[in-house]
Parts: sequence; C-alpha cells; structure tokens
Amino acid sequence: MFMDIKTIKSQFPIFKNKINGKSLIYLDNANSSQKPKCVIDRISKFYSKEFSNIGRSVHSLAVTATNRFEETRDLMKEYINAKSREEIIFTKNATEAINLVASTFGEKFINSGDEILITELEHHANYVPWHFLRKKKGAIIKFAKCNDKGEVNVDEIKKLITNKTKIISITHLSNVTGYIMPIKEIVDLASEKKIPVLVDGCQGAPHLEIDMQKLGCDFYAISCHKMYGPTGVGVLYAKKKWLDVLPPYQGGGGMIEEVKKDSITFPGSPTKYEAGTLQTAEVVGFSESIRFIKDVGIKKIMQHEKEILEYGLEQIKKNNTVRIIGDPKNRGSIISFTIKGIHPHDIATILDEDGVAIRAGHHCCQILHEKMGIAASARASLGIYNTKEDIDVLSSSIKKCNKVFNT
Amino acid sequence: MDIKELYQEIVLDHGKNPRNKKKCHGFNKDAKGHNPLCGDKVHVFVKLDKEKKVEDISFEGEGCAISMASASIMTETIKGKEFNVAKKILENFLNMLKEGSKMSINSLTEDENTTMMSLSGVKRFPMRVKCATLAWHTFIHAAEGKEETAVTE
Repeated sequence: MFMDIKTIKSQFPIFKNKINGKSLIYLDNANSSQKPKCVIDRISKFYSKEFSNIGRSVHSLAVTATNRFEETRDLMKEYINAKSREEIIFTKNATEAINLVASTFGEKFINSGDEILITELEHHANYVPWHFLRKKKGAIIKFAKCNDKGEVNVDEIKKLITNKTKIISITHLSNVTGYIMPIKEIVDLASEKKIPVLVDGCQGAPHLEIDMQKLGCDFYAISCHKMYGPTGVGVLYAKKKWLDVLPPYQGGGGMIEEVKKDSITFPGSPTKYEAGTLQTAEVVGFSESIRFIKDVGIKKIMQHEKEILEYGLEQIKKNNTVRIIGDPKNRGSIISFTIKGIHPHDIATILDEDGVAIRAGHHCCQILHEKMGIAASARASLGIYNTKEDIDVLSSSIKKCNKVFNT
Repeated sequence: MDIKELYQEIVLDHGKNPRNKKKCHGFNKDAKGHNPLCGDKVHVFVKLDKEKKVEDISFEGEGCAISMASASIMTETIKGKEFNVAKKILENFLNMLKEGSKMSINSLTEDENTTMMSLSGVKRFPMRVKCATLAWHTFIHAAEGKEETAVTE
C-alpha cells in the first residue's frame, strides 16, 4: 500500500495543534515519536470495552484482555522475525530491557575481572547498567573508540576482544551522530569466540528493517514509544537459549510456577520475566503501532527519512556557522549540530518560538560529547511525518538564531 | 512576545562578555553549581569580610547565554553589598522570574535595577528559569559554606 506523507501525517492528531501560534515542526523523534490516531483510539477502546487484568482471572473480560495483549507479542515476533514468541519480553522501556540483561546475565556469567565491551557512542542506558555490574562484580568495561566522523569501526571492537570478554553491548544507530553500526559483522566476529551481543535498538527499530534471525544478535532492546507507540512499553528480544538459563529478573506475582514456604519454582519465558501487572493497555495500543508501521512499510519509512536526512544535511551545511556532529558514511535519521557562539539551549528556545521542537543537551551521551569536545549539542531527528518544508523552517529558524545572537 | 524580550541587548552582552569570569583574588568562600538536566555548570568565588559584606565575587563556568548572563549580572550587582542585602535581592529576583513582579528593592541603583530587569523575559520560559537562578543559588551555597553542589531543582 502506498501512502503519501501528507496522508500519513494527517493520521497524527498532534499536528492539528499550534505551538506558540505556529504549526508544529516535530524534530525530536529520537527522543520520542508522536502517536497516530489508531494507537490513541486503541487504548481508549481497550479501556472502554475490553479492560481487565491479564493472565489471572477466568472471566470473559480477562480472557479477551489476555488475548489482545498476547496478540501484540505475536505481532512483534513476526515484525522482528524472532524464532518464537517466547523470545519477546515486555518491559517498561528499553532501559529496563538492558537492565534486565545486565542484571541476570551479569549475575550468572560475569565475575571479577571479566570484560564488558561497549562503545563511546552508547546512550547512558547502555552504559550505566553495566557500570552497576562493574561496581558489584568488579567487572571491567572497555570502550571501543569512535572516530571524528562519529563511527565505530569494527576493527576497534575486534582489537578489544579478549578471552575475558563476556558480552558485547552496542547501539544499532547512534542517537547523536546517526551512525548505523554494522551489527551483522560484529555478531559474526563475536560468535567466533562465542561472545553474546546485545543491541540497543532504540533508534534502530523505528528507522531500520530489523530481522533478528538475519542480524543474529543475542539480545535486542526496543523502545516502543519511539515507534509511534505508547510510553511505558519496551521490548526485550532474547534468544531462547539465554532465557532458558538466565535467572528471573524481578520477583512478584505472575512470574511463579509454585510457591512454598521453603522453595519457589518459576515458569519459562516470557512469564518468568514479566512480574506483576504489566502496562496492559499500552501493550495492546502498541499492536496498532506495529500495524501502522507495517501499513506504511519500513522500506518506505527508510527511503523517505533518507531523502529528508540528505536534504537536511545539505541545507544545514549551507550555514557556515553550523557544525554538524559527526559525518558517518552510513547514517540514519539524525542531525546533531552546534551553532558558533550560541549554546544549544538557546538554540532550542529560539526554534521553539517558531514551533520547531528539537532536543538540546548531551542526549544522554556525555562520553561522546566530551570526545567531540563539546558539552552539549542541538539535535534534529526525523520521523515518517517530516517533510522538506520542515527542514526549510528549521534552516530559517537557525538563521534567526544567528540574527538574535548577531553571529 | 518577541524572542528579543528574552534575549535583550543587556543579556546578550553579559552572555557574550561575562564580567568577573575568573577566580577572584583572595576569595574565602566558593561553591559549585550544576544543572544535570542541561549541563550548565558554575563555580562561584566569594570574598566575604568579617561583617559579611561581599568584598569581591566572581565565577567560572559554562552554559547557555541566560545562565552566563545571569551569573555575570549577579557578580556586578552583589559586589560590595551586605550578604543579607544580597539575599533580599535574590528573593526579589526569584519573585520576578516566577511571579512576574518588578525588581523593587531600595539597595539597587537605577542602573542595577535596569540590568536585573533585563532578565525578566525569562518568566515566560519556565524551562529556562533554572538557567537564570543557578549562579544565585550557588552564591548562597558559597556564602553559607554549604559543601554540596548547588542545584536548581
């Protein structure tokens, strides 16, 4: 099915609102994306007609709600081409997905002196959980270096792998430089030494075609609210062989098999990892996000975002006061930049007056910003609804920054 | 409202050419302030005499135009004033940023008043109030000898 961007954009009610009297130009998609009406309506319908807690009671509503919830798992399994539905675990966000692995994998397999390999591009969510493990177990964290272009070459990872490397944890798409990591190559390299690979797919899943069986990674963390879905939902994909051997993450209701005073047994995945009442309506709402992406087509999303990205880079580069952070060859949907003599927070405020929503700060990547020699940057990040006109407004708003600050 | 009301000439001038941005000679109090959300950092140095008068004050740091301008304006305004008076000025300043009231304090000269008022545009930008107040909170921390880093939240 082919849909033009105008039709796609019209499905997002937020764009009917004015921001500071202006049309909204939403360029903060790496932070979170807007929601199409089908997702909003689905949550409303679920609460109006189908709501009950899932997996516990036998009444009709509970059966319906459980089925709706589990349908999302099936859709997700299919969407990312996992081998089985047991490999899809719902978490509260991608951060929790990574914490789940760091905590359970760390408990079982990581000991003092063992090495965890990450990169200088990582979001804090793919560093801090490993830092806890460093503190708790005396593990060592190694950072594969990124170059001036904001890329991490596979060689940089290769040379850090030792017999002590227990896991490699890397981003799929940098939320600052937009660099797309060659995951398959890294997985191939790691599997020679039987080292599992975790992929932080927060920026990968909404913008790239992802196929777990082709990528071959062991873990993949997904942020559903960046995929036009509700907040409060993340997905951890994990190969079943790991879920069978890793211990449970959090304890509570719903994740037990049998509880006695002196012993407790646990069921298999995904139940073992989904303790307590989950964000039921949001998971059900997320099923519509997957359908929405499938209807538009991920290939079409990629193609459209590439076109807008290239146009954006071209337009922004025309302004010689602007420095774009990184210049990776393989780049997706993100343009981080600074303007000479103007702090990113001032840029964000001035742009906001024109209805342009961007992010300013270190984007939870302090290590990368330090490496690039800056404390903060401004970031424009794309989604399916962005157009060349949006970029034109962005460019003229950047000029307005120059004017206000006389730079 | 025009964005120029936030970025008034005086603010831009102080942001670009901050006054007293150094470690002042002979300081006997200092404190660091940090805004973890946006990364703004200041380090305020104060020379308080026995009567708790601010004999000298300066700052170092990096951040947005608003935070740097506010720090610069603060050092100019507070220098030579009693600590208690400085505290009253801060109170007045916070009211201006939060309630939109005018600066109304006898101990400020007309010029000082105008300079302080140049930051009044911040009121319409709630996300930026913390930029304008960071240096001031840090100053209080320094003068009162608090050891922890000042934060604005």
